[in-house]
Amino acid sequence: MQLSREALLRAYRQMKVIREFEERLHVDIQTGEIAGFTHLYCGQEAVAVGVCEHLSADDKIVSTHRGHGHCLAKGCDVNGMMKEIWGSRDGLCKGKGGSMHIADVDKGMLGANGIVGGGAPIAVGAGIAAKIDGKGAVSIAFSGDGACNQGTTFEAMNMAVVTKAATIFVFENNHYSEHTGFEYAVGTTKDIASRAEAFGMKVWRGDGTDFFSVYETMREVLEYVRVPGNGPAAVEFDTERFFGHFEGDPQRYRGPGELDRIRELRDCLKNFRKSVTDAKLLEHGDLDALDAEVLEAIEESVRQAKAAPRGTAEDVLTDVYISY
Amino acid sequence: MAKMMYRDAVLTTIAEEMERDENVVVLGEDVVGGMGTPGGPEAIGGIWSTSTGLFGKFGADRVIDTPISESAIMGAAAGLALSGKRPIAELMFADFIGVSLDQIWNQIGKFRYMFGGKTKCPAVIRMAYGAGYNAAAQHSQSVHQILTGMPGLKVVMPTTPADVKGLLRQAIRDDDPVIFLEHKALYGVSGEVPDDKDYVIPFGHARLSRAGNDVTIVSTGLLLGFCEAVADKLAAEGIGCDVIDLRTTSPIDEEAILDSVEVTGRLVVVDEAPPRCSLAADICATVANKAFASLKAPPQAVNPPHTPVPFARELETAYLPSADKIEAAVRKVLAYR
Repeated sequence: MQLSREALLRAYRQMKVIREFEERLHVDIQTGEIAGFTHLYCGQEAVAVGVCEHLSADDKIVSTHRGHGHCLAKGCDVNGMMKEIWGSRDGLCKGKGGSMHIADVDKGMLGANGIVGGGAPIAVGAGIAAKIDGKGAVSIAFSGDGACNQGTTFEAMNMAVVTKAATIFVFENNHYSEHTGFEYAVGTTKDIASRAEAFGMKVWRGDGTDFFSVYETMREVLEYVRVPGNGPAAVEFDTERFFGHFEGDPQRYRGPGELDRIRELRDCLKNFRKSVTDAKLLEHGDLDALDAEVLEAIEESVRQAKAAPRGTAEDVLTDVYISY
Repeated sequence: MAKMMYRDAVLTTIAEEMERDENVVVLGEDVVGGMGTPGGPEAIGGIWSTSTGLFGKFGADRVIDTPISESAIMGAAAGLALSGKRPIAELMFADFIGVSLDQIWNQIGKFRYMFGGKTKCPAVIRMAYGAGYNAAAQHSQSVHQILTGMPGLKVVMPTTPADVKGLLRQAIRDDDPVIFLEHKALYGVSGEVPDDKDYVIPFGHARLSRAGNDVTIVSTGLLLGFCEAVADKLAAEGIGCDVIDLRTTSPIDEEAILDSVEVTGRLVVVDEAPPRCSLAADICATVANKAFASLKAPPQAVNPPHTPVPFARELETAYLPSADKIEAAVRKVLAYR
């Protein structure tokens, strides 16, 4: 299926926003001005965007601790997110959630999640709700190769099959669960999709560094899951994590030249640019213009975040039904 | 008013609320029962008979029989609640929070605050708790002290069938997550219940079940009946007890307790959970802090010992707070100085 020029530009822009958002955080975190733990999504942009470009606000997603990309791809406000991560009371979650707990339910973004494996069961609930409503909406559970080893993920997959939830389990295999290799931590099968298959789901596989592979795969998956009564499905995307597990991770587990190699050969933005310019769908100039525009938008979000008001002791006690 | 058992008050209230609001859905293990068996759906109808007939009346979309997957049940309740539904999830035994706690504690209880107040999570999590059935260490516990300590969760412990109706209806209509603890030894107890299909009891309002000026006894659940028996016995001796049924442990009706202690000056708290960091200890501390000048005796907590719940009849009986132990505590505060 050929994407329109507008759709191509939009997809590139979405991926570029995530990339620059993360690259900028990587720099700013080193100054010590941003508090807490941050897990960057950089390198996996094609998955979040290739999935979410198919979705509307009625479709729900549940994300992970590495959630910035999913949030941005699902439509969370860039400035609101940057303010949140900087800890401002004007942040998307009033500075109470931070990097690992960004949500915007109105946009169908049911939350990043600090607990590995915490999200999949929630996505099943959203998928059951979608099934009950019968309007063809779906829920997406983003999980990594780490979460695929959690019992909650297994429970969620079986529950989705039993209840025929309209849920899609999107497994992003970036080869590292925190600091441990996929080859070590995922026993016997050495892949995730076949686990999902064992639960009775139809499964797909795709290249998570190639937007078009993700997008086309998801078109098929969604076509299947949006049919009432078909129940859940799963898809595994092979992808790359350009930074460490968390910001500050010395990444001593990486092989020699590994980061340079994946940046060179497995960069979804480079791959996208090459595909669309080779096929003469877009010009380099189109993409260069977007690059500049996105850089300025991120710069502006940081300006706003730095200037945004900070919370007070009174703010600690709001948004609870009671405090003691 | 109609006479009804505690378990029927649960079932009736759920059915009435499902009738009223199509967003109310029920899920849990064997809430239909018999799925995939020769006996067919509703061969069981819920092991506590608190969902009997719902499947036939409201259908498979709204009465969702789940596998034994407590994390996924609680997570599904969370996802349903975030998607505009009002799920009532049944955790068959309160003891099973162990395998589902992440979803209750880290997810459901935290969404509203963690996401900046814009997110509602109107989930009700019902669970059967308590000793008295010789069900031993993993099927007899009172878990309210764990859940009461978790910000974001409302915790309800009804004692009477009427309170089940008013409090469960409030729980289902509430926009915050509510833990609804049903004492399994009370399921068969009967009482008058209001017929009004809008009868609700707001949370944080205790019920005064006996009135007197000499001692304040605070409790809820199965043990409240023991407290009432003690109060009735002492009344014959001319000793008056306020017996306060907390109804909810979070929010808690601190005012009712403090007001009573201001008059009586003596406090006994009776709690079915182990003593350390318990509801009883918490209330004694609150009263010591806020009503110190009114106190005529050190507050007394009556808890089981710091052990798992034992199995054998004699052992379980010895474990639980009894009317005798409660009476001894009351006499102790009366005899002080």
